[in-house]
Amino acid sequence: MAKLELKNITKIFDKHVVGLKGLNLEIEDGEFFTILGPSGSGKSTVLRIIAGLEKQNEGDVLIDGMNINDFLPQQRNVSFVFQNYALYPHMNVYENIVVGLRIKGCSSEEIQNRVIEVSKLLEISELLKRKPKALSGGQRQRVALARAIAKRPQIFLLDEPLSNLDALLRERMRTELKLLFKQLKTTVIYVTHDQQEAISLSDRIALIDKGTLKQIGSYEKLYYEPNSLFVASFLGSPHINVLKVDVDQEKFILGSSVWEIHSDYLPRIRNRKKVIMGIRPEDVYVHLVSDKNRFPAKFLEVEKMGKYAVLNLKLHNEIVRAVIEKKLLEGTRKGNDLWINFEEKNLQFFDADSYLSL
Amino acid sequence: MSIEKRKKNAVWRKLKISFFYLLIIFIVFFHLAPFLWQVISSLKNAEEIYSIPVKYFPSSVSWDSYKHLITSPVFLKNFFNSIIISLATTFFCLVFATLSAYSLSRINIKFKNLLQLLLLLACLFPQIIFLVPLYEFMAKFHFINKSFALVLPYVTFSLPLAIWMMAGFFQTIPKELEEQAMIDGFSRMKILWKIILPLSWPALATCAILIFIGPFAWNEFLFALTFMTRDMSRTVPVAIALLSGASMYEVPWSRICAACVLATLPVVIFVVLFQRKIIAGLTRGALKG
Amino acid sequence: MSGKDISEQKFGLFLILPSLIILGVVALYPLFRNLLLSFMGSDGQFAGLHNFLLLLQDGRFKKSFLNTLLISGISVPIQLSLGLFFAVVLHKKFLGREVVRTAVFLPWALPTAIIAVTWKWIFNDFYGVFNDLLLRLNLINEPLAWLGRPNLAFFCIIFAEVWKCTPFVVVILLAGLQSIPSDLYEAISVDGANAWQNFKLITLPLLKPALLVALIFRSIQTFGIFDSIWILTGGGPGGSTESVSLYIYDTVFRYLKFNYGATLVVFNFVISLTFVLIVYYMFATRRQFEY
Repeated sequence: MAKLELKNITKIFDKHVVGLKGLNLEIEDGEFFTILGPSGSGKSTVLRIIAGLEKQNEGDVLIDGMNINDFLPQQRNVSFVFQNYALYPHMNVYENIVVGLRIKGCSSEEIQNRVIEVSKLLEISELLKRKPKALSGGQRQRVALARAIAKRPQIFLLDEPLSNLDALLRERMRTELKLLFKQLKTTVIYVTHDQQEAISLSDRIALIDKGTLKQIGSYEKLYYEPNSLFVASFLGSPHINVLKVDVDQEKFILGSSVWEIHSDYLPRIRNRKKVIMGIRPEDVYVHLVSDKNRFPAKFLEVEKMGKYAVLNLKLHNEIVRAVIEKKLLEGTRKGNDLWINFEEKNLQFFDADSYLSL
Repeated sequence: MSIEKRKKNAVWRKLKISFFYLLIIFIVFFHLAPFLWQVISSLKNAEEIYSIPVKYFPSSVSWDSYKHLITSPVFLKNFFNSIIISLATTFFCLVFATLSAYSLSRINIKFKNLLQLLLLLACLFPQIIFLVPLYEFMAKFHFINKSFALVLPYVTFSLPLAIWMMAGFFQTIPKELEEQAMIDGFSRMKILWKIILPLSWPALATCAILIFIGPFAWNEFLFALTFMTRDMSRTVPVAIALLSGASMYEVPWSRICAACVLATLPVVIFVVLFQRKIIAGLTRGALKG
Repeated sequence: MSGKDISEQKFGLFLILPSLIILGVVALYPLFRNLLLSFMGSDGQFAGLHNFLLLLQDGRFKKSFLNTLLISGISVPIQLSLGLFFAVVLHKKFLGREVVRTAVFLPWALPTAIIAVTWKWIFNDFYGVFNDLLLRLNLINEPLAWLGRPNLAFFCIIFAEVWKCTPFVVVILLAGLQSIPSDLYEAISVDGANAWQNFKLITLPLLKPALLVALIFRSIQTFGIFDSIWILTGGGPGGSTESVSLYIYDTVFRYLKFNYGATLVVFNFVISLTFVLIVYYMFATRRQFEY
């Protein structure tokens, strides 16, 4: 069993730079947990502290209730897959996998068995005699995984393992990883900046920015119930549209357009002067003709993506993006005037100063 | 893991750290001891230097030896010779090396391999191999006891290191910079002079220091011993070596040590001031090599 | 070749011309001159292999060659091991690392001859601090004649050589250590390795290229050792510490045997060259590590 807890973890670099601030996390046994965030957010730092590669300034790391703060990396029962794989260049694939097992003192029979097992699992049986420099990026990645799996740790730690692969390979490996770890049923803590990976692989996601956790939960929870503008903007592709609107009692005003508010949000918005409104591009409806409660917008630019197209529209002084089916474009051209509206249930509101969700 | 094991971890770690710092102190002492002894000995007066058992600290600091040296015309001339020859070597070697390094790293010339072969030859083999014919050469053209006799071989033997360093540096300057200049109409010579050189000041400085304190300028012995036969034309290392060969009743050791200290002072100053640059320059080159 | 290429070539040649010239005069010409001299007698007439036959019977030369091999054979491994140890220590981050690096680098920067004079003083039998320390620590009963007895003199020379030249090895190995990616060490610590295993499994194998470079340079440089021996013992007592370079120097400048001296030089050049070629071919067949 391997339940991981991080209590109040703080990490300061070089006396000034704060890496992590009072981080608290609880990860259940067998969970596939992703720490998602932009570069420099501190996500890799969290992973390294769990592995013991960095020491936190404050706080505790516990596995199954036992405090492992003073354990060296050698003594923690974890596996770490590095972003650059860290394969030993002077050893062949076989040796790379077994080094850790030999140090642990496994019998040669046991070592043999594990190697056969992981080579079959990751399809690297023909590569065992090769040295890392004779392997492609995808192959190296699989060897790194094999090494991690052969150890049979309590927890797997993966630090952006797919970021060095090209887009096509990344997509394939995503699926493979998902199946792989489902089979293994071990706790996995995965770090990435790519939300696609987070969506497809994880049970739960922790979104982190500038050393603090913003929100934890399943992807659905974070996507539909973000607790702040940061979370709302980070998830979703294309990004959520962010509009600054003025509020006047029961109406909100965007330039010259006025919209009457009927939603449940009303009590929370009514007494404010300004509010930030978020609407996802896929929830923006585009029309060719004007009507009540539709805002006028100018068609600026279009990006085509398969069946869909992303329209860039100018709504007063703001740019709004909408995702529509390509065939709807047939009736219109760049520079034309279009009209947009949305359903109130799709709107999200945020405080104009704190950016927290209302 | 039990509490005892965790405590043991912490204690063990503290022990390792103290042992480590003890080791560091020992290492520093090991490397500085002879030099320090030189300094201490130089500050003893004529009687104390010969005391048995050895006195580790002079009872009173005596500057006699230094006074004597500073007023000795021969020593001053030797010191001056060393300075002139070392500076000349540094200057010419820097010029030759920079031109050659630029050529090697940017232009594909037919004689590239020949140059590299000769450079390898110069740095890989013991100096004695080149000494005798050069002596013949210098004697024939009456260069013995003249600075040129030393500067020429010194510049030559310092070339390998200097070219290696400068070439390594030039490789870090993006080719696009020069290509842009060519498009803008600069001639090759102008590019070298107006663009490359100004960018190279740090590397040039480091290279100059390495040449000056290297084995073929201030510190050199064999050629200096052979090519300079008159007292007044000698360089400092040779002068001191000959001094030390004399019977100890003729020249007190405190004076010899003082001469040693003065002779090593320029080098020590350079190393202390520029240590980081020197080592960085050497290791950067070594990584590429 | 286009016109631009030709002028490029001319320019490139122009740049390296000064270096080529002085290298030709100082490095290349002596080689041929030595070769020529070695085949001639002192009367200026062609003497064939006469000088070389003399060499083969020259007992003093054999002794000096053996001495040189012994000095190299003992001091170089010590320098490599010590250098490795120091490099590993200096690679770690600690307070005052810059100061320590300066101190460690100093011996190599100091003039060999001058520091040899200091060693001569340190090893002095009556007034030297080395004997004094040993007496105080009760390791010996009476002062030893360090530079006056063959075995002891040998020790002094090796000691001085190791002290002076280890920093050179340290710098090369430090460069090698800095080129090893740190995540390899992290990976192997997660794999369970302690410090010794770290060293054995990662550091040592990946330092092999740097060690080789250090080995080659140090071996060849030690082979030509002259300065410190000339000053410390002059080759004595009784020729017991005479190195090849010292013998050649004596032959030419004391005994004025120019031709025979040239012969000795040619012989040693061939030996050195063979050594370099052997090591080069061994090295050239190794594959380089890529990360």
